Amino acid sequence: MASTAITAGTEPVFHLEEEHAHAEGGSTMLGFWLYLMSDCLIFAMLFAAYGVLGGNYAAGPAPKDLFDLGLVAVNTTMLLLSSITYGFAMLTMDKGRVGATQAWLAVTMLFGLAFLSIELYEFAHMIHEGATPQRSAFLSSFFTLVGTHGLHVTFGIVWMLTLMVQVARHGLIEANRRRLMCLSMFWHFLDVVWIGVFTFVYLMGMLR
Amino acid sequence: MSAHDHAGHDHTHGGAAHGSLKGYLIGFVLSVILTAIPFWMVMTGAIDNKQATAIIIMAFAVVQIVVHMVFFLHMNPASEGGWSMLALIFTVILVVIVLSGSLWVMYHLNANMMPGLHEMREMP
Repeated sequence: MASTAITAGTEPVFHLEEEHAHAEGGSTMLGFWLYLMSDCLIFAMLFAAYGVLGGNYAAGPAPKDLFDLGLVAVNTTMLLLSSITYGFAMLTMDKGRVGATQAWLAVTMLFGLAFLSIELYEFAHMIHEGATPQRSAFLSSFFTLVGTHGLHVTFGIVWMLTLMVQVARHGLIEANRRRLMCLSMFWHFLDVVWIGVFTFVYLMGMLR
Repeated sequence: MSAHDHAGHDHTHGGAAHGSLKGYLIGFVLSVILTAIPFWMVMTGAIDNKQATAIIIMAFAVVQIVVHMVFFLHMNPASEGGWSMLALIFTVILVVIVLSGSLWVMYHLNANMMPGLHEMREMP
């Protein structure tokens, strides 16, 4: 110990001094991707449940009696358009144009709201016809799967509104850019899940 | 912030990771085509064979998911030093096991456990 020269006033260092500094938020994107992957597993479980129970109508209505493919096509278009407008928001964000970014985010949110409204209209219509979640195993798993996706879209819209307020207050600072990129991944991921929903639930349901 | 930090920072958040206008437009046009064809097939009943239609629309869905991953989520083997791709591959394997396993097991359970008419007649 005597050989180690410790000058007065120097705190002993217990961590590796070679450890280089990480930029704040440097691992956020990977972390958020891992969250999305775990979310993907939740949807996989719900898809599996629907796949197993989707044929048990309990003498109730079948997909053919309930689904309106025209409505689903409009719904899909809304979500697809919201995906590309969010892409435009990211491109204008790269150029640092606050106003244009906000405008594209607002357009994205409107498409998201249109999607939700159409979905809620569809649900209300089904429930009005007596096709409630408790009617059959098919309807329980249908409402759980599609409802969970709709809930994700709802929270995505709440998140988008929050970020628009943040951007309006603080501008396109580094932290806000990072948050917008996370929401971008979330939003496009929801569109990917919707591909599974309209193919597996709606289109395949009509083929049964 | 040192020069090294700045370089690393640019690498992860660089412009390339956000995609370009061309990339988004290509992705969008491909998605529209890949969505419209399955809807058209089912709504008009273009192919009489239901099983063939189901297989084709599922193939379209898989292609469209890949298109979204590449053009909208900017997935590539190099992003985040390959860790996001690794996580994706792991997730896809789990999803395939969960989906195929559940459907397979439950199908056989239904086929083997369903009391047939014959057995039910013999019941007291």
